[in-house]
Parts: sequence; C-alpha cells; structure tokens
Amino acid sequence: MTRPVGVRSEPLLEVEDLAVVFHGSRGDVEAVSEVSFSVRPGEHVALVGESGSGKSVTALAVMGLLPLRSTTVRGSIRYDGDELLDLDARSRRDLRGAEMAMIFQDPMTSLNPVVPIGVQIGEVLQRHKGLRKTEAREVSGDLLGRVGISDGKRRLKEYPHQLSGGMRQRVLIAIALACEPRLLIADEPTTALDVTIQAQILELLRELVSGTGTALVMITHDLGVVAGLCDEVHVMYSGRVVESAPRRSLFGEPRHPYTGGLLGSIPRLDSARGEPLTPIPGSPNDALPWTHSCAFAPRCGNRVDKCTVQTPALRGSEHVSRPGDEQALRCFNPLDTREAS
Amino acid sequence: MSIAAPTEPSGAGQPTPVADVAGESLLRGAWRRLRRSPLAIAGAAIVLVFVVVALAAPLLAPYEPASTQWAGLVTPQSVPGPATDHLLGLDSFGSDMLTQLIYGARQSLIVGVVSTVLGLSVGATLGLAAGGFGGKVDTIVMRLVDVLLSIPSLLLAVSVAAVIGQSQLSVMIAIGVAQVPVFARLLRGSMMLQSKSDYVLAADALGIRRRRIVMGHVLPNSMGPTIVQATLALATAIIEVAALSFLGLGDGDPAVAEWGRMLVAAQERFGNDPRLAVYPGVCIAITALGFTLFGEALREALDPRQRR
Amino acid sequence: MLRFALRRLALLVPVLFGLSVLLFVWIRVLPGDPARSLLGERATPAGIKQIRELYGFDKPLLEQYWAYLGQLVRLDFGSSIRDGRPVTETFFEQFPATVELALFAILFAVVLGIPLGYAAARRRGEAVDGVVITGSLLGVVVPVFFLAILLKLVFAIQLDWFPTSSRQDPRIDATHITNFYVLDGLLTREFDASWDALVHLVLPAVALGTIPLAIIVRITRASVSEVLNEDYVRTADAKGLHPPVVRRRHVLRNAMLPVLTTIGLQVGLLLSGAVLTETVFSFNGIGSYLFDAISQRDYPVLQGYILFIALIYSLVNLAVDLGYGLFDPRVRVS
Repeated sequence: MTRPVGVRSEPLLEVEDLAVVFHGSRGDVEAVSEVSFSVRPGEHVALVGESGSGKSVTALAVMGLLPLRSTTVRGSIRYDGDELLDLDARSRRDLRGAEMAMIFQDPMTSLNPVVPIGVQIGEVLQRHKGLRKTEAREVSGDLLGRVGISDGKRRLKEYPHQLSGGMRQRVLIAIALACEPRLLIADEPTTALDVTIQAQILELLRELVSGTGTALVMITHDLGVVAGLCDEVHVMYSGRVVESAPRRSLFGEPRHPYTGGLLGSIPRLDSARGEPLTPIPGSPNDALPWTHSCAFAPRCGNRVDKCTVQTPALRGSEHVSRPGDEQALRCFNPLDTREAS
Repeated sequence: MSIAAPTEPSGAGQPTPVADVAGESLLRGAWRRLRRSPLAIAGAAIVLVFVVVALAAPLLAPYEPASTQWAGLVTPQSVPGPATDHLLGLDSFGSDMLTQLIYGARQSLIVGVVSTVLGLSVGATLGLAAGGFGGKVDTIVMRLVDVLLSIPSLLLAVSVAAVIGQSQLSVMIAIGVAQVPVFARLLRGSMMLQSKSDYVLAADALGIRRRRIVMGHVLPNSMGPTIVQATLALATAIIEVAALSFLGLGDGDPAVAEWGRMLVAAQERFGNDPRLAVYPGVCIAITALGFTLFGEALREALDPRQRR
Repeated sequence: MLRFALRRLALLVPVLFGLSVLLFVWIRVLPGDPARSLLGERATPAGIKQIRELYGFDKPLLEQYWAYLGQLVRLDFGSSIRDGRPVTETFFEQFPATVELALFAILFAVVLGIPLGYAAARRRGEAVDGVVITGSLLGVVVPVFFLAILLKLVFAIQLDWFPTSSRQDPRIDATHITNFYVLDGLLTREFDASWDALVHLVLPAVALGTIPLAIIVRITRASVSEVLNEDYVRTADAKGLHPPVVRRRHVLRNAMLPVLTTIGLQVGLLLSGAVLTETVFSFNGIGSYLFDAISQRDYPVLQGYILFIALIYSLVNLAVDLGYGLFDPRVRVS
C-alpha cells in the first residue's frame, strides 16, 4: 500500500479548530471541538473512534449536512482554499455531490425505497453534469458496471428492496463517485455488512480511488480497515482528537493509551496463541468533560492525578520516528513506546 | 492546589448519563413525560373540571334541571339573555342555560363512560377470545369485526339507535356497539404482536400455561394502547351523542339536559340568537378536546420509543 | 396484481353477506314489532296487519330471509315506506350529488392539509407548528353539524357570500346528464350552471372536509417528520440536489404513503358526515335522504342505503390498498 508521496501538494481539505454544538431541549451539547486535520489530493486519511466520538459529526460538518437550525459550526473548513463556512447554502449544494461526496454507513436505509436505483444515481448526474435523463441513464448503467454490478443497464429499474446489502452499498458508492468528486468521505462504509462482503467493498473502494487523485476520508471504528487503506490516522475520543499519526507509527508505536487500547482489543493473526485480548474497560458514556479533565481518564490504565483536574492539550509528539510526518498527542502520561509493543 | 474531584456542573462535552432514564419502568417514565407535557396538563385539567362539574352538578347548578317555569318568557322571536338571576340566560325551552349546561356535563359523562365501558368490555372480550384462542374463534370474531367496520362508525350507531328506539339506554348501546370493533381489533392486534415477542416465546418454552401467559404477560402489555383508545373513545362518544340527537335519535326524555339536544333545539333560532347554540356547541368541543388531548398525550407518554 | 385484486374482492362477499344478515336480524328480530315502529304513533291494529302482510313480516323468519336474500342478489332493496320509490333508484339518483360533495370535501382537505402538515413538520416546535396542531385538534372535536350550522350562519346568512342551501339555484335552467352538476355544466357548456353548482358546494364541502383536513394535517406532519429523519433524505442532500427535488422525490413520495391510506379511511367519515352536512344545507344527496329515512324509521331505505354505503366504503378502501402498490414498490405483487 504505497503510493508515490513525492511532492507534497497543497491540502485539498483543511479543517482547523472545528467545533460543532448541538442545541437541544436540554441545553447545548458540544459534540466536536478542537478538531484539526488536512487531506491532500490522493491522500487517504482515517478518523477513528468509537460511536459518539464525533467522527461522523465532523464528516457531516465538512459536507454541510448538519441541520442549520439546531447546530452551530465554528472554526474553519477550507476546501481548495475556499472557506466553506462562509459559503451560502446554495454554493455548498453546488459542491456536494460534485466536488465532495459521501458514502453512508447503512446501505439498507440510505437509499430511497420508492425510487428506482437508476433515478437515484441519475439525478446526481443531471444535477451537476447537466445531463439529460436519457444520457444520465446511460452513464448510470456504466457506473453500476464499474462498481461491480453486472447487467447494470437492466438493473437501473430495480428498487432498493430487490438488492442485497452489499449491492446497495455498491449503488451508494456509484452515486458518490458519479461526478468524480475530488473529496470522498466514507462513513463506516462496511459496518452494516456481512464480514465477507466487507472485504469486497473495501477492495472496491481502494480500486476506485487509487490513482485517481481522489482524497479519501475514511471514518471507522475498525483499525483493520485503516491498516489496509489509510496513510494518516486521527484517533478521536469524546469529540476531540487524542492522537494523530501516520498509519505506520500509529500501529507500531501507539502513544495515547486509548489508541493502545483500540489496538489491544483487536484480534491479530500474528499474536501469540493463548494471548488474551485486552478490551478497554468501561464505555464511552463514562467520559469526563474535557473542560477540566481528560475525557478518557475514567477508562485509562495510565491515569495520573493530573488527568482528572486538568485538560491535556494536543501537542506535537516528541518521538517522531519519521521526520516530515505530522504527529500529535493529547495526553499527560503517554504509553512508553517499548512497553506498548 | 487541592486535588479534590471536580464537582462543578458538568461541561458541555459530556454526554448525558442515560442510566437513570433507561433504568426506570415504563409506567414511571410515562408519568414523568406526562407531567412535563403541557398538552397533557391542559387535557387533564379539562377532563378534571368536566368530571367535577358532572359529579357535583346538583351542588353547582343554580336551579333544578329542566325546570320550565320560565317557559312563558320564551317567544318565537326571542329567548331572554343573560341576567343576574340567569347568568347565561334561558335556553330555547325556557330552562336556565347554566343549569342545563351543568347537568348536560353529567349526562355526557354518564353516556360517554357507560358506552365506552360497554364497547370496551364487549370489544376486549372478543379481541381476547380471538387473540387468545386463535384458529376458528379468531376467524369468526375477525369476520364479525370486519362486518362491523365496513359501516362507518356513526352510521353503525345510527342503525342501532334507529332500531332500538329513543332512550338514554339505546343511545349508550348504539355508541357502545360502534366502538366494539375498534377495541376488538386493537386488543387482538396487540396480542398477536405480543405473542410473537421473545418473552412470550420464552414463557412458552418454559412450559407456562397458555392462560397464564395471556393473563400474566400479554394482557398487561396490551393495556397501554387500550387505555389510550378508551380515552379517545370518550371524546368520540361525546360528539356522537350530539350527532344522534341531531338525527332525532337521541334521548327523547325532555327532562334530561343534553348538550346535543340543546344544540339541535337552538338551530332554528341560530340566526337571531347564536348564544343558544354556541354554549352547548363549545361545551361539546371543549370536553372532546380535553379527552383527545389527554388521550394523545397518554399515547405519546406510553410509547417506549418516546423515552426522552 | 389482478389475482390479488380479485382475492380481495372475493373477501368482500362474506363481509357484505354478514352485514346483510346482521341488518336483517337487527331490524326484524331485535326490536319487537317492526310494523309497529314503522307506523309509530299512528299504529292501529288494522294498519299493523296491513304492513305486516305488505312486507311479509307475518311469514316465518327463514322464509323472510330467503325472500330478502333473493331481493339482495337482484340488488332490490324494496321501496321506501315514505314515497314508495325503489331504494336502488333513489340511491343512484342521489349518489352523484354526495360523491361530488365528498370529492370537493376531500379535495379541500388534501389541498390544504398536506402543505400545512408539511410546513408544521418542517418547523417542528415553532409557532407555525403550534398553530397548525392546535387548529387540527380543534378541527377534530367540533361536531360536524355544529360547524355546518356555524358556517351557514356566518358566510351564508350574515355575510351572504354563499347560498344557504340546495345544489343549484333553481332559476338556472340547467341540463343534467350525469347528475354531477359541476361536470354537467362543463359537458353542456352551460358554464354559469357549473359555477353556480360550485358556489353551492363551497360551504358544505368545507364543513364536511374539516375533520378529514384535521386528520390529514396530523398524519402528514407525523409522516413528514419521520421521513425527514430518514437516511435516504440525507443521501439526497449529500447529492446537492435542489430542495424542491429533495422535497418531491425523496420526502413527499415516501411521506405520502400513510396519508394515502388515511384518505381511504376518510371515506367513512365523509359518508357519515354527509348525513349531517347535507341536512344542514338541504343538499339533495344520499345523506339528507338517509336523514329523513332515519327520522321517519323508513327501514327499507335505511337498510339498503347502509348496505350500499358499506359496499362503497369497502370498495374505496380496496382501491386505496391496490393503489398503494403504485406508489410503494415494496408491496407491489408481481
């Protein structure tokens, strides 16, 4: 999985100090804060975390899909140098589906049940490429072929309920890639699928984005998905990034205890026989407020007194194994690299 | 700098703890949601006032019901309006309007409750029989329910009332019969749903007798929707009583104050004296509104998906 | 699809058969003597005997039932006791009037109800929502005939914007082909007759359509709020589609499915409401005729009309169920 890194081009997407606040009936809830990351053309970046960590909210904020009335988005999201948060709704719609596209988690519910899939693919082409209905049909059929649905032309008339989960996810991928977007966000694209189908879909995604210069943001809780696909990893916990690192160093020398925990709780083929998996104790609901503590502290094995009274800042990490790679860490008492391996 | 654990109000980033909500029983949760819903409170207040007025009618009403001692004051052209001794004036029969309205509440409550209890008990028995026994019983009962449902509810009440004559009892029977299929279908559907649920299968697998499963598990779990439906049925009943009166099928006894009949009697004088129709009309609407609001709020409160 | 329709149609037969038995039993067995109730206060022994012979009440029950069934199969419901006209004849003569009224009532309810429900769902919890919900609650609890009387008083008598009664001004010498007066006017190019019939329809249709309106508003609101939270609407938004396209193709097309079923169920309310509304506006349809039949215990009419109404109600709901398949591919039977 090596692509020519070569010249470091300008980032396509730059998220800086992003904060998302939901205004609910019980007051405001800050779902995401202090999130920064960037993606260059052709680069594959992962946002990793458990459910509720704010990774999907981050993606929806980038896409501009958060409900306007009940959310406030602060910070900066720059796309190709333009500040997205300054754009009006209309301009953002022009970008969505054309420049940036998103694949959603649940293919069973993400397709309209009463509209043929051909129309659901075709409408995005008609919208952004100005194709007529018949042309859009033609292209949609080809797209279905490209995502591995044989006899695509004939199946355009079919409805979502006539397709399997894997097939539907392929349709959603076809929709997302229809206008050849430069930025693709995949939100847990395999979580709802059978294990055997998961691998196929990941392979398909890899094929479709590699070599096209498409920037990919992969949102997942599954580090296995990251291992096969991504260059950069940002681990999120309770709405903030706790560790950012290139895939290699993250897997090799995880620094944040949470990252270490995530790695420790996945079964590996190369681990010694009989070696127990070490799940992270507790659940994300046990989080402390970031305002004056580390949210992960209640579940952390490396906790020190400071962790429950002070907020750790995100800093560039000291042990940079490969110069040039950005690394950052939000922890008072990180894992010792040797100890963790 | 002390190391005391922070006890300040929790920060914005913290997800709300859900344990206390998830741990409470459905009924407690429903009660909590009811108390917080302004619509439920409004509905409950209307229902409460209505019931108190109905029960305490003899204490509240300034005069005897249906006394026509002022009938001489009513002329074809006009009916005496509000005055100090008749706060809301007279009605078109020459009775005190306020007294008639108060006793009308009593009448509505009696007819509404009796007809709903009738519809509920017959309907629930049929529904239980269908859902509990299944098979042939189910088929026969549900065919009967289909037959009754094939006539619009008011017309069903009308056809019953038209045949059994004009009396308070016949009005109650007519409205009750019209509610039978609704309750039967509701309870049967609810039982069918429950029977397929895991806990019933589990009880079945444990060898618990079918009757005990039905009585101990299925029935209690079907109570919520039934209570909601009964509350809403009270609203329907109050409106249907008026409609039956309008159709000349109401209680024929002029000594009984009844909002629907007051409304109908006021119809000819409506142009000159809308007051005569508006008072009873508004009473019917508000009472029905109270039961509807309360029923709807109850439905939302009892819906486990509504846990907030 | 056709087999499904036929099967559903076949299921109607036992229902209607059961209903006919029920009505038979109802009228002849339960209340004692139908002849006496037919005559009411005018009952004399001779009159009762005459009526009994005329309607065959003196024969054994089973024999009566056979005769009754034989009539039913021939769609013969006997004749009205009041005017002697065959029930079937009067029914089909008056039916277009009621259909016309019901169509305009449901049109009023749908045209107003769906946008209002949609707006309320879109602005859930805001002032608009509150007003719409309150309005729809009031719409359900006001007795139909009270509303009809109120409308008549305010808009026909006091403001004089609309006529108080009947289907058409008798001074207009209109030709009637179908007995749908609005349609007749269009067919014969007597547009003034069409217009006049339309004006006569406004108040009754509003009175009759108010409860359906309130119900459609609430169902639309509930359904739209649910659909707005669906993942596929987010998918549609992620495509950057223009809002009207999202609204039509992705939100409304799904949200309308429960509304459609509801509209079918409203037919029952319309038919029973017609009895009240038509009476208030002296509108010459099956409702006002049934009203007279009820108040004068005209059993043949009562029995025949209720059977017809049940048949129509069942057929409309069957049609709605079948039509549902056109809109929802998931229930389409291949």
